[in-house]
Amino acid sequence: MLQVEQLTKTYPTGDRLLTVLDRVSFKVEAGTSCAIVGPSGSGKTTLLGLCAGLDRATSGSVILNQITLDNMNEDERASVRNQHVGFVFQSFNLLPTLTALENVMVPLELRREKGIRQRAMDLLTQVGLGDRYNHYPAQLSGGEQQRVSLARAFANKPAILFADEPTGNLDNETGETIEALLFDLNKASGTTLVLVTHNLELARKCNRVLHMKGGALVADEMLSISSQNQPLA
Amino acid sequence: MKITWLAKMAWRDSRKNRGRLLLFMSSIVLGIAALVAIQSFGGNLRDQIEDEAKALLGADIAIESRQPIPPELIGFFDSLKMKFAREVSFASMVQFFPGGGTRLVNVRAVESGFPFYGELETKPAKASVDIGNQSLALVDRGLMLQFGAKTEDSIGIGNLRFNIKGEVLKVPGQSGIAATVAPPVFMPYNKLSQTGLLQKGSRLNYALYIKYPAGFDTRLYESLIKPKLEKEDFRFNDVAERKKEVGDAYANLTSFLNLTAFIALLLGCIGVASSVHIYMKEKVQTVALLRCLGASGKDGMGIFAMQILIMGLIGSVMGAFAGTAIQYALPAVFADFLPVEVQPKPSWPAIFTGIGTGVLAALLFSLFPLLGIRRISPLKAIRASFEKGDKDPLRYGAFILVALFLVGFAWLQTGDLISATYFSGALVAAFGILTAFAQLIIYLVRRFLPVRQSFIWRHGLSNLYRPNNQTLTLVITIGLGTALITLLMLIQQLLLDKVKFSSAPENRPNMVIFDIQDEQVKPIEKLTSDYQLPLLGSVPIVTMRLHGLNGQTVEKLKEDTTNGISRGLLNREYRVTYRDSLIESETLVEGQWQGKVAKPGDSIFISVDDGIAQSLKLKIGDLVVFNVQGALLTTYVGSFRDVDFQRVQTNFLVLFPAGVLEEAPQFFVQLTRFDSTAQSASFQKALVSQFPNVSVIDLNLVLETVDEVLSKVSFVIRFMAFFSMVTGLLVLIGSVLISKYQRIQESVLLRTLGASRKQIAGINLVEYFLLGSLSAFSGIAIALAAGSLLAKVSFDAVLLPQPVPLLITFGSITLLTMIIGLLNSREVVNKPPLEILRKEAG
Repeated sequence: MLQVEQLTKTYPTGDRLLTVLDRVSFKVEAGTSCAIVGPSGSGKTTLLGLCAGLDRATSGSVILNQITLDNMNEDERASVRNQHVGFVFQSFNLLPTLTALENVMVPLELRREKGIRQRAMDLLTQVGLGDRYNHYPAQLSGGEQQRVSLARAFANKPAILFADEPTGNLDNETGETIEALLFDLNKASGTTLVLVTHNLELARKCNRVLHMKGGALVADEMLSISSQNQPLA
Repeated sequence: MKITWLAKMAWRDSRKNRGRLLLFMSSIVLGIAALVAIQSFGGNLRDQIEDEAKALLGADIAIESRQPIPPELIGFFDSLKMKFAREVSFASMVQFFPGGGTRLVNVRAVESGFPFYGELETKPAKASVDIGNQSLALVDRGLMLQFGAKTEDSIGIGNLRFNIKGEVLKVPGQSGIAATVAPPVFMPYNKLSQTGLLQKGSRLNYALYIKYPAGFDTRLYESLIKPKLEKEDFRFNDVAERKKEVGDAYANLTSFLNLTAFIALLLGCIGVASSVHIYMKEKVQTVALLRCLGASGKDGMGIFAMQILIMGLIGSVMGAFAGTAIQYALPAVFADFLPVEVQPKPSWPAIFTGIGTGVLAALLFSLFPLLGIRRISPLKAIRASFEKGDKDPLRYGAFILVALFLVGFAWLQTGDLISATYFSGALVAAFGILTAFAQLIIYLVRRFLPVRQSFIWRHGLSNLYRPNNQTLTLVITIGLGTALITLLMLIQQLLLDKVKFSSAPENRPNMVIFDIQDEQVKPIEKLTSDYQLPLLGSVPIVTMRLHGLNGQTVEKLKEDTTNGISRGLLNREYRVTYRDSLIESETLVEGQWQGKVAKPGDSIFISVDDGIAQSLKLKIGDLVVFNVQGALLTTYVGSFRDVDFQRVQTNFLVLFPAGVLEEAPQFFVQLTRFDSTAQSASFQKALVSQFPNVSVIDLNLVLETVDEVLSKVSFVIRFMAFFSMVTGLLVLIGSVLISKYQRIQESVLLRTLGASRKQIAGINLVEYFLLGSLSAFSGIAIALAAGSLLAKVSFDAVLLPQPVPLLITFGSITLLTMIIGLLNSREVVNKPPLEILRKEAG
């Protein structure tokens, strides 16, 4: 589902180059869940952005659902995201002038599908917000906004879901609710999940954990079913 | 359909932004209103000129000459069964009775029947039809008011007294301004000779008005009449020619007015551009997110382009309707300048043109920030990018399109590509200067921030250069607005200064007495002396015409169309004088001044004004033969003079040396000076009573008349400037308000950290004081530079700006900016921080 080869990202700053990612390589199989953990500044979000086609690598390649992203232009990448990718963001990133329902409908509208309103309503109901469909983000709590965000992420039945610190802005209790919802929806749809977090407990819920440090992949930990939900070393 | 989705998203996104979007578009409402008003008015004026074409001339043909119309010509028209009316008009003094007040007027002695088309509007109505055979006069209304005269009072014209039959309210084909400059008095044609005013030297204008008989084949005009008149060298006008002349003159007026309206629109477009620029900055996150979800760059741009398009359309439609309403007031504003009464009515071509212009302008001026939307990276949804993007070549295209729009519109109005390019180039240059100035401010404040200053000053100053500062936007917007409005003010002042005579020191004349006959010279000198008025000059004038140049007769020269000499100069009457020395207003530029002919038979060397010498293609030593009232006089060009015709002196194009014309038929001009209006009035009364053929130019009155005319002109300019000023105000308000959200967030944070109300207000005051004052200063500086250049190039004058209006402009702009900035922060200082944040986010 996701294959990353020697992925490197550098930025010129003044008269030197800042290496944010240094020759990272890994593969994620379809239907599995993978957490990327590491301290702040380790390159986790940069890696996520490159994997999702939000940015261009300095060198290396990304193959997403058998599609090589490297030489695509921005519009081609956008199309790939619309067809194959779902996003959940740390700061929810709902469109503030759209209702909850309209936010969920946007990916489907971009695909020009029919009958999307009912599908969007069903998704909202699935996340427990069926009766809040016409509320704006400002009228929803943080947890409710993230639930809408989850519904939107699954609206286009993505092959792969990228989640960037999905519970980072939530309290523990709400965060747990969101986590449960995320994994339930993921399991039900069979989507591949790539999750960036510095929350090790959340990471434990995935099949695999990639440890990042200083822009490099320092450890790749496969978790057995029994070791999931156990504290990481 | 993609368009449907874009429209849907545009609508959704506008939900929380409609107020702001409408504020952007209010910037262009007034500009479009001004354009539509002027274009509607111009269209209605053209229609009215078309409908009243015959009334503009008052006849089918009007023939004019400085010589009496030959009886053969009159016989020619008589043979074609045409009706005609003769007229003689001239400047003359009149005296009102009782009261005795005197004034120089335009006397029109006209035969009954004229005007054949249109009507001489009088009070009482139809008074003109009674004027035929009696000693009756119709007097300009302004004159009646000035002298407190009433119908049935009398007026003295030359040796005759006439009963005032009525007031002249409007002469067909003549504007109110013309009546201000030369107020008409109508008298019967058959009484003219009895007035004794047809003397040698009188400047008489002869006219013959012709009306075609019923059923006349107008093709005969082209085939028979026109060629005859051209052959005999008469000045004449037919209805089509007059219509074209009047139409062209008012087309120039409406073009000028359209340009001033365009300035208002431009200000509005600048407002749109700056508002959209800030608005787009706030949409970065939205667009980045849409790109994450699969929207293309063009989709993002399309959504906001749709918003701009709709808002531009709404603003333009509002402007078009406002303009249609405003044009009903324009006939009153321009009444004094129009030869016809305009009936305002909606003009659909003007409305649609205005709407189209507004939409196009809104889109074009938003293009630059809109193009940036395409390249927003989806990565911005998860982090701020610190990589600089590549230069976008399409943005250069946006600049070019805007420049083409500016040049194209100005070209449409002026009809002259060069002027249009200069106009647009000047605007672009102003924009560039203001941009550079803003960046200089940012650099200087950042570099030299006074760290020892108080917290309020430091924070206010640092707001000028911090990220998301509005320095560039506001300096450009306010600066350009100030520059345009100040420039309009300076142009107005320049026009007024241009016609003011320099204030004369005590020994300079301010009264000119002319049409003095030979035998009247001494008696008038005595009268002048009796009234304690100094005689500052007594100048003889001899009238003559050109007979030939360098061996070629005037007729031969007129036949040669390649010599570049105007027929008017060859045909005209020359009024020359003779003396042995030059006067203060003359400077010899080439040749030698003879001064005096030693003995009869010696060659006569004349001195010619260098301007007319160029027009007549004269060189030093050329032979010039004059016809002095029947006698031919051979002369040679001895010198060229530069004559300052603006000086209050008797200035002449041709100057003879002494010893040549002393015995020729001549009349005189005397110059004197009065010290008070009462002295002038009593002297003129006595002069006109004793010498009714003599006329007086009172320079104070001339200045008053010029002031009156110019005050009407400046009212029109100020009326048009009003659109620019109000638009400028809206743009200022909009620019400051649009950045409200950023300011609120910062101010709320400061409040949360413990800043007092006074400190928050103080920081805002400092920032807006600096922005307002620096912008106003730069705008005024640009206007002064542009005004000086305009004065030099167009008027060959030096701009002498009055400091007080400039200081008022500077102060007003600065104060307005500060007030609007303070109002922006009023909510922050009065309400709890969280309440404000919730309201802004919701």
